[in-house]
Amino acid sequence: MYGNDFSAPDDAAGGGLLGEVEAAEAELREAAGRQRRGGPAPDEDLAAYFTEVIDAEQKIEPRDWMPEAYRRTLIRQIAQHAHSEIIGMQPEGNWISRAPSLKRKAILLAKVQDEAGHGLYLYAAAETLGISRDELVRLLLDGRQKYSSIFNYPTLTWADMGAIGWLVDGAAIVNQVPLCRCSYGPYARAMIRVCKEESFHQRQGYEILHTLAHGTPAQQAMAQDAVDRWWYPSLAMFGPPDGNSTHSAQSMAWKIKRFSNDDLRQRFVDMCVQQAEILGLRIPDDDLRWNEERQAYDYTQPDYDELMRVISGDGPCNRERMAHRRAAHADGAWVREAAAAYAAKRAGQKEKVAA
Amino acid sequence: MEQTPLWEVFVRARRGLSHTHVGSLHAPDAELALRNARDLYTRRQEGVSIWVVPAGAIIASSPDEKDAFFDPAADKVYRHPTFYEVPDGVAHL
Repeated sequence: MYGNDFSAPDDAAGGGLLGEVEAAEAELREAAGRQRRGGPAPDEDLAAYFTEVIDAEQKIEPRDWMPEAYRRTLIRQIAQHAHSEIIGMQPEGNWISRAPSLKRKAILLAKVQDEAGHGLYLYAAAETLGISRDELVRLLLDGRQKYSSIFNYPTLTWADMGAIGWLVDGAAIVNQVPLCRCSYGPYARAMIRVCKEESFHQRQGYEILHTLAHGTPAQQAMAQDAVDRWWYPSLAMFGPPDGNSTHSAQSMAWKIKRFSNDDLRQRFVDMCVQQAEILGLRIPDDDLRWNEERQAYDYTQPDYDELMRVISGDGPCNRERMAHRRAAHADGAWVREAAAAYAAKRAGQKEKVAA
Repeated sequence: MEQTPLWEVFVRARRGLSHTHVGSLHAPDAELALRNARDLYTRRQEGVSIWVVPAGAIIASSPDEKDAFFDPAADKVYRHPTFYEVPDGVAHL
């Protein structure tokens, strides 16, 4: 099933999202297969050609002409996305050594490794737009580019690993599945890869919460507490309401973005309600109820002032996350230098043999 | 420090298929590029063989020259089997 509409909420869970990723992949192949000229004619207007490619649901590729603003928007968005994956390793990395069993530890390690991998896929996609990796790393470390505000919240208990997987990764998937159809080829392809792996993350989180929610009263309370703390920050992940979203309209026209913040947030809420029922956990919203007319749930909006405060640096963990990232980068310098020195030495030896 | 070299990664998904470009990565030398490619692009048994190629070693045609560059193919329709008319009743052709 693909097209410009969402699937019904009841089949949207788990398999439904994976199905959409596969549909996006099939659509990418199908669009590539449609007969088209390879490039603009010598005297053709490049901007018109660019628009034509986008209107035809075809992908823009790295060496194609593109408006500078399109390039800048993509670099900003992909870089911010990559930084989020890298910083996103920290809240969960915090629990690797304290996971309750060897199985949970192995799974969490694999998950955090995936986040690093996602960061690298995305950095590689950003680099195709003509920005270097070193520059991207610098922009993050200098605080000149942002990462998702959700990672500025602390992970206080083991149940937070469950809540992050279910809610944070769940919200990320709802956000990211439409990006599999983004007009920029390298980003779309990276997102297909990322989304397939994210569904493992979401399910492992859901399983953690399900186990806790069906455990002792203390475990149930811990699971509920985690959901209470992560619900609204997860809703805020979709960004400000449509009326206040600065980048949306142009991004929609360029088919970088496919759905508005509020549409995606609604979709996420509609998915979560039934999943929460099966968990036996309560979504912390007294005004959450089905609206027959809209065929969607009415819900309480997250605190957008808090979102803005956290984005601008005043969340519970902003300073800690950045300090940790800077220290990790500095502490890893000797590894990069050693690898470069070894490569140079070996290249020197080869030359000698060749001479 | 100089930028760590960029490598393009190609993976053969299964025996019998050709290597396909899957993405790129940075590594100081070929050996590390191969190891990084394994860790980055085949964490879920996505491949049975990996190629890494220095990105700088790839010479690409540019989209600007595309029409002229690929023109010679457009006027040689006789390279496709569909160009030829097969008389009725011919088998195994």
